[in-house]
Amino acid sequence: MILDTLHFNPGMSLLGGLLIGTASALFILANGRIAGISGILGGLLRPTSGDVIWRVAFLLGLIVAPAVLSPFIVTVIPTIDAGSTTLIIAGLLVGIGTRYGGGCTSGHGICGLSRLSPRSLIATLAFMGSGMAIVFAMRHLLIHA
Amino acid sequence: MKTQLDALSSFIVGLIFGIGLIFAGMTDPSKVIGFLDISGLWDPSLAFVMAGAILVGLIAFRFARNRTMNFLGGTIRLPTKNDIDKRLIVGSLLFGMGWGMAGFCPGPALVSLGTGSSKALIFVISMIAGMALFEGMERVMRATDAATKPIDAPAIPQ
Repeated sequence: MILDTLHFNPGMSLLGGLLIGTASALFILANGRIAGISGILGGLLRPTSGDVIWRVAFLLGLIVAPAVLSPFIVTVIPTIDAGSTTLIIAGLLVGIGTRYGGGCTSGHGICGLSRLSPRSLIATLAFMGSGMAIVFAMRHLLIHA
Repeated sequence: MKTQLDALSSFIVGLIFGIGLIFAGMTDPSKVIGFLDISGLWDPSLAFVMAGAILVGLIAFRFARNRTMNFLGGTIRLPTKNDIDKRLIVGSLLFGMGWGMAGFCPGPALVSLGTGSSKALIFVISMIAGMALFEGMERVMRATDAATKPIDAPAIPQ
């Protein structure tokens, strides 16, 4: 099967979303934890005993996902426009920002909104707002500068 | 045994999460940027992904709220923080800037790392460096907090 993610495919996006929701549901009900990826990764930099293995296991699951799918599904390799400098600055901002703000798209955006948390709603509006602002600036202002 | 089950379950959850991100097309930064680019040819995909995820999440968290034990016999840890403060807002604004610049947030970046993308590798290394920087800053802040406290105490005459 060829997975076409290049074109708008609302059914596939919804299906992907349902899977992400299922993963988050399993994680809170089976493991008793919030599937917040920045927190799971960041927690490894402040390791406490008994709190490392599950984090590594979760992150490994994410990383091996393309390999597990590869015998069944051919995906289009995405082209990443950003250059190395942009990627480095962006990575630093994402790393500092998610830890300072206590979550990312998964922790605040999916789990937080599912819990109807006002705190996560504010966080989600903030990162979507600044994301939209920076994309607007980079795509529509800088090119003409 | 509990630790192994916890780890196995975490691995499976991470895997399902990653497969979901791939199906949803969220591992493609141009799709994410297409959502954030509201003045361009807007791609609403990310909204569909969030709708699907939150639909399941709403049911699961409603169920979780009335329970204290998880299926593996441990406790359910729901966040207790409610404060909307400077940290939450500044942190989220900074995160959004980085997200918009690269089109990567932590989950999709890690999944892309698994495809062997060197660009994802650069991003993930910087992201971990950013997280380490945050840990360092936190430690310095706590140390200065502790160091400045005695100033409030009455001065001892020389």
